[in-house]
Amino acid sequence: MLVFTLKKLGLALLVALAVSMLSFALLYLSGDPAAAIAGETASDSDIEAIRIFYGFDRPLLVQYGEWLFNAVRGDFGQSYYFQLPVGQLIADRLSVTMILGVCGITFALLTAVPLGVAAAVRPNSLIDRVALFISVMGQAMPSFWFGLVLIVIFSIQFQILPPSGSESWRHFVMPTIVLGYYAMPGIMRLTRAGMLDVLSADYIRTARAKGASEMRVMFKHALRNAIIPVVSLAAVQMGFMLGGSIVVESIFALHGAGYLAWESIGRNDLPTVQALILIFSLFYIVFTFLSDLLNAWLDPRMRVG
Amino acid sequence: MAKTVETVIRELSGPTPGQIMRSKVFGHRGLMIGGLVLLFVILVAIFAPLLAPHDPYHQNLMIRMRPPVWYDKGTWEHVLGTDHLGRDYLSRLIYGSRISLAIGLIAALISGLIGTAMGIAAGYFGGKVDMVVTFLINVRLAMPVVLVALAVVALFGGSLQIVIMVLGLLLWDRFAVVMRSATLQLRSMEYVTAARAIGCSTRRIIFSEIMPNILNNLIVIVTLEMAHAILLEAILSFLGLGVQPPTPSWGLMVSEGKQMLLFEPWMITIPGVALFVLVLAINLMGDGLRDVTAPENRN
Repeated sequence: MLVFTLKKLGLALLVALAVSMLSFALLYLSGDPAAAIAGETASDSDIEAIRIFYGFDRPLLVQYGEWLFNAVRGDFGQSYYFQLPVGQLIADRLSVTMILGVCGITFALLTAVPLGVAAAVRPNSLIDRVALFISVMGQAMPSFWFGLVLIVIFSIQFQILPPSGSESWRHFVMPTIVLGYYAMPGIMRLTRAGMLDVLSADYIRTARAKGASEMRVMFKHALRNAIIPVVSLAAVQMGFMLGGSIVVESIFALHGAGYLAWESIGRNDLPTVQALILIFSLFYIVFTFLSDLLNAWLDPRMRVG
Repeated sequence: MAKTVETVIRELSGPTPGQIMRSKVFGHRGLMIGGLVLLFVILVAIFAPLLAPHDPYHQNLMIRMRPPVWYDKGTWEHVLGTDHLGRDYLSRLIYGSRISLAIGLIAALISGLIGTAMGIAAGYFGGKVDMVVTFLINVRLAMPVVLVALAVVALFGGSLQIVIMVLGLLLWDRFAVVMRSATLQLRSMEYVTAARAIGCSTRRIIFSEIMPNILNNLIVIVTLEMAHAILLEAILSFLGLGVQPPTPSWGLMVSEGKQMLLFEPWMITIPGVALFVLVLAINLMGDGLRDVTAPENRN
C-alpha cells in the first residue's frame, strides 16, 4: 500500500509539473506580454521599461523557475487588471466555487445513486426507463442552456429563486442543480451497472439463503460493494466540475473562481488566467489521487500498478 | 421441385453475418431515431441555401424581435421570428447547423487522428511508449478543457478555424484511452502473433491486423466526441470566446437571446432545442452503434 501510494504521488507531482509548464507557456503564446500590459498607445521605451520591471527580458527558463518557485508558496504575481496579488484574489473567490462544487456533487450523488439502485433492482421496469431517460437527457443538454431555462422558469415565471448573485443559499439552488445534473448520468450508469454485477454474485445468493431481509441484502451486501467505483468516479467528477464551474458561474453571475477566470480571460489578465488553470488542474490531480487511494484502500485488488 | 445447391446451403447455414447485422441495426430503436435525425440535420446543412427563406445575415432594424408564428404577433413571413437585429431566426437556425456539424466532424477527425495514433502506439509497443502516452493522457485530463479552450481562443482570436483546431487538439483523450486498451487486447491475439511470425512489418500489422478490429470502437468514440465538440463550441460561443458574430452559431444565438431573457424567452429556447436535439441524436446513434457492434463495452 505504501509503495502504491508513493508511486501515485510521484505520478501526480509529475503531472502537476507538466501542467504548470503548459500554463506558464500560455503567457508566451500570446506574443509580447510587455506590449499587452502597456496597451496600444505605449511608446517603445515604455514597453521596454515594463519588460524590465516584470522581468520579461530574462531567459525563459529562469522566468519559469521563478514563477514556479513563487507559485508553490502561493505567490502567483500581480494581476494586470486589479493590481492585486493573484493569490489573494483567487483565495477570496475560491470559497464560492468550493461550496458550489460540494453542493453539486452532493446533489448528483443523492439523486443518481438511489435512481441507479432502483433501476438495477428492477431492470427494464418503468423506473429503469425513467433513470435512463434522465441520464440520456443530461448528456445532451447544454449546461448553459439548461441554466437559462431554469432562470426563465424559477426566476421569471414563478419568481421563487434569484437569477444571479451569491449572497444567500437561495442563490446556489439553481447553479447546484445545473452543475450536479452534469455529473449525474455517469454516476447513475455506474451505480446501475455495479449493482447489476454485484446482485448476481455468489455472496448475495448466500446472504439471501441465510434469510437476510431484502433491505439488508441491498444495502449491507450489495450497495457496499457496488459503491466503490462510484466513490472514485465522484471524486474525479468533482475535479471536472470545479473546472466546469466557469460556465455555471458565468450564467448565474456567482462570483467564484470560475467567474473570475472568465472575466480575466476577457481582460487579458494573464497571470490570473495562468494561476487559475494551474489551480483547477491541481484540484483535479488531488481528487484523482485521493480517488486512487480510496479505491486501493476499499479494494485491495486495486493495489497493483 | 428441385432446390438449387445454393438455396439448400443458405437454408442450412442460417442468416449471413450481413443479414444479422442489418436486422440488428434496423431493429435498434435508438440507433434508427438518432441516425434519422442526424441525417435530417446533415441534409438541412447541405441544402441550407435552398431551405432558408431569407438571408441569415440580412439585418432589418424595422422588424426587430418579431416573435415566432405561434405567438399572437407572429407572422408566416418569419416563421421563427427575427432576432435583435431583425435577422430571420429560421434562416439563422438553418445555417447554424452547418457550423455545429463542421465543428463536430472536423474536431472529432483531428482529435481522432491524434488520439488513435497515440493509443495504438501505446497499446502495441507498450513499455516506455505506453508510459509516455499514459502520462500525456493524465496531463491532458488534468487541464480544465473549457478554461484552456477559452484562454487559447482569446489569445488567437475567435474564428471557426481556431475553435476547430483548439477543440481538435484538446479532445483526443478518450480516443487514446479506448484505442490503447483495445490494442492491448488485440496484441496477444493469435492472428497478430501469426502475422509477426511470418515476418509482417509493424506497419502492416497495425494497418491490416489491428486497425480493422478496433474500427467499431473507433466509430463509437467518434460519435461521442462529435457531440462533445458541438457542445463545447456552443459553450465557447455562448461565453463570447468562440465563433464570433455575425456567424449564425447556435451557442451564439443563445448568448444573444440571453439579453432578452425576460421578454422573449423563445429566443433562447429555439437554438437551445436545436442544439439539444442534434447532440441527443448523435449520442443515441453512438450508443446504438456500440450496442450493435461492441456490446461488451457498455458502461
